[in-house]
Amino acid sequence: MKNIFKLSIGFLITAIAFTSCGDQKSSKSNGALSSSKAEKVYVAPGEHDSHYAFISGGYSGNLTVYGLPSGRMFKEIPVFSQFPTNGYGYSEETKPLLETSYGFVPWDDSHHPDISQTNGKLDGRWVFINGNNTPRIARISLTSFETEEIIEVPNSAGNHSSSFITENTEYVVAGTRFSVPVPQKDMAIKDYKGNFKGALSFISVDPEHGHMDIKFQVLMPGFNYDLSHPGRGKSHGWFFFTTYNTEEASTLLEVNASQNDKDFIAAINWKKIEEYVNNGGGTMMPANYAHNVYDENTHTATSTMKKEVRVINPSEVPGAIYLLPTPKSPHGCDVDPSGEYIVGNGKLSANLTVHSFTKMLDAIENEKFDGDAYGIPILKFEDVLAGSVEQPGLGPLHTEFDGQGNAYTTFFISSEVVKWKLGTWEVLDRKPTYYSVGHLTIPGGNSREPFGKYMFAMNKITKDRYLPVGPEMEHSAQLYDISGDKMELLLDFPTHGEPHYAAAIPAEIIKDKSRKIYKLAENEHPRKATNESETKVVRDGKNVHVYMTLIRSHFTPDNIEGIKVGDKVFFHVTNLEQDFDVPHGFAMIGANNAELLIAPGQTKTLTWEAKQVGVWPFYCTDFCSALHQEMQGYIRVSPADSNIELSWSLGED
Amino acid sequence: MKKAGIIMVIGSLLLLGLFKFPLWNIMLGAPQYPEPLGMNIHLDGIQGVEEFDIQNIDGLNHYIGMKTIPKAEEMWEFSVFPKVILGMSLLGVLIGVLGFAGKISYKFFLGWFVLMSVLGILGMYDFNLWLTEYGSDLDPKAILKLKNPDGTPMSYKPPLFGHQKLLNFDVTSLPHIGGYLMFVGMFLTLVAFWLGRKFSLKTAK
Repeated sequence: MKNIFKLSIGFLITAIAFTSCGDQKSSKSNGALSSSKAEKVYVAPGEHDSHYAFISGGYSGNLTVYGLPSGRMFKEIPVFSQFPTNGYGYSEETKPLLETSYGFVPWDDSHHPDISQTNGKLDGRWVFINGNNTPRIARISLTSFETEEIIEVPNSAGNHSSSFITENTEYVVAGTRFSVPVPQKDMAIKDYKGNFKGALSFISVDPEHGHMDIKFQVLMPGFNYDLSHPGRGKSHGWFFFTTYNTEEASTLLEVNASQNDKDFIAAINWKKIEEYVNNGGGTMMPANYAHNVYDENTHTATSTMKKEVRVINPSEVPGAIYLLPTPKSPHGCDVDPSGEYIVGNGKLSANLTVHSFTKMLDAIENEKFDGDAYGIPILKFEDVLAGSVEQPGLGPLHTEFDGQGNAYTTFFISSEVVKWKLGTWEVLDRKPTYYSVGHLTIPGGNSREPFGKYMFAMNKITKDRYLPVGPEMEHSAQLYDISGDKMELLLDFPTHGEPHYAAAIPAEIIKDKSRKIYKLAENEHPRKATNESETKVVRDGKNVHVYMTLIRSHFTPDNIEGIKVGDKVFFHVTNLEQDFDVPHGFAMIGANNAELLIAPGQTKTLTWEAKQVGVWPFYCTDFCSALHQEMQGYIRVSPADSNIELSWSLGED
Repeated sequence: MKKAGIIMVIGSLLLLGLFKFPLWNIMLGAPQYPEPLGMNIHLDGIQGVEEFDIQNIDGLNHYIGMKTIPKAEEMWEFSVFPKVILGMSLLGVLIGVLGFAGKISYKFFLGWFVLMSVLGILGMYDFNLWLTEYGSDLDPKAILKLKNPDGTPMSYKPPLFGHQKLLNFDVTSLPHIGGYLMFVGMFLTLVAFWLGRKFSLKTAK
């Protein structure tokens, strides 16, 4: 025993000697490297970052814009949540964007941004993101960096395997996490199995304007559809979804949905279904879902309720859908840049499973089926397996690719990113993350041509990474340089909300197209005032419409009288500036909603209820000029029965 | 003399560039205007370098009580200058053609140059007068009333030529393409005169 002890000490010493020998070399270079690391993320004052990153806000419901490699946040784009900072979701023009079949929903949980593509390459026109809680897909313009459209997804619940783009932005795809009764009805929850359905929605994107329309929904068996990705290159035309809970349990899923040794990746030949639909296939089913579109010229969104949706049963289109057995409740479903490999990140599995698209086609051709699930053929695991990465780590979640034949997978439980080689399945490198990484992003990672210079890992746990700020804190992210053989940790930066996925793109693809102002000449808002002579105050019963303009440094009008208690005052405020970065704000005392931030050339409307007699001030909230503090005005509110006439003025004594 | 005549015609025709390109350009940069605002002075009016530059210069100038930048119809110069330039160009072409045909003396070339120079100097003088007026005739109710160290009201006259610091703005005033074409054209008429003289001295021998 003693000997063994000595022996092991001996080994230990030898090991240390060897390690330190190796370390000496690397610690020396580490010293030099750590200074070059600082250089690699240092963006000098006034210089620009090389990449944009669009990071989902998770439970903030929004999307944040970051620069890489600096990790600086430039903007929070409000998408699914009200945003008092600029009045999004409070102003009359933007409220319709948050309308749903459930009424006005002021919050959501935003998950997976994806940038539009042409020929499998990022084209930088739009970024899409899904609302997970009340199922919706949003489209955000990458010229205005504003939300332009939101479509609700009916028959869906927990819109999680979304919003991923096919390689010519033919479709943005939204899969349901929860299966539910379709159509919804009052039934016993225990009758889930065999009765609930999982809707996978293919939403077409108009190539010109980006407008979205649900082309069809595939009503799949009642599994949970976790994540998805499009085929590309050779597999373009297919879409792949991971499933869990193929047990179809409705309670205590952590146990009951972890019983099957293998769940599935569902492979959907959407081209085949599209053809079927174009020939009149499918059934129009009554539905009720909101389609909200923001018009850049009227600066106003409209909400329309759509009343039907086209649904397809898998049995209607034989040969369009197959199930690929994949071990242990796979989470991420990732397709490599060539379109050959489909990675199923089985989160309870010790190995990473990689399927081959070519082998899948071959197995289909030779009808090597292993039974079926509700009529959908199940392929044999061995027939479609390309290979597995053996014991790479614990709790694999997501994989991205660098375009050089390497894959990078996040491991939640062992808190690391592992680099491995496609084809040989050998592990090349591993680096810790801080802590418990969820998604990771390589710019262009969901495309045929990734830009494999940077990778960043978005973590679920922050703990001690930054100065403590109490029990609730932002999540941490780490940026790695992946241009060499080994990943190199460069930077640790906080993100806003909870980042799920992020989409990143080289800055030069979009930065020169970014809008600076809205032209007044193109303003088609019905209640605009494009110069001071068009300002007026109009009474319509108890509603009073104020057509107001803003320019450095005054409101026109800035004195308004004749408002009465009980009036609802609509301030339609137009910013007359046509100069870059001169927004004005509008704040009214006691407003029960928010303020407005109005970009140059824009018109926005704030509603204010006159509740008390008095003279009430309003002011500009955005420090616009040297005389910003003078940019203010008054509203006189008289008793409800007063007969003071409406009047308004500027600069009259 | 033929060569001289041709150069005279070319030189005179270069004046017509002013109908397409600006004569002069004034750029205004400041810390908060990393992309400077600018105005191009054309023969027939003042235009912004970018679409909204004039409006934005006026917006800034209202703080110090400057008048708005005049529209074409508000200054007689913008209707007269095009006629003068067109006339001088045609006259130069006529002189060149006649010179080419040997009908008139090369001295006419110099005559044209002297006339053009006088008109040019008058034009510059007029332009400078306007700049002075524009920069110093300020609204008595101006938001910012600044004084020089000697107590006189500050003038915001942009420089006629070169760079000047006006408050937070760096103002640079230089000829633009049309102006350069005009100078080259005028220089060519001098060349024509010189060639004509050389030719006539040679033939006189």
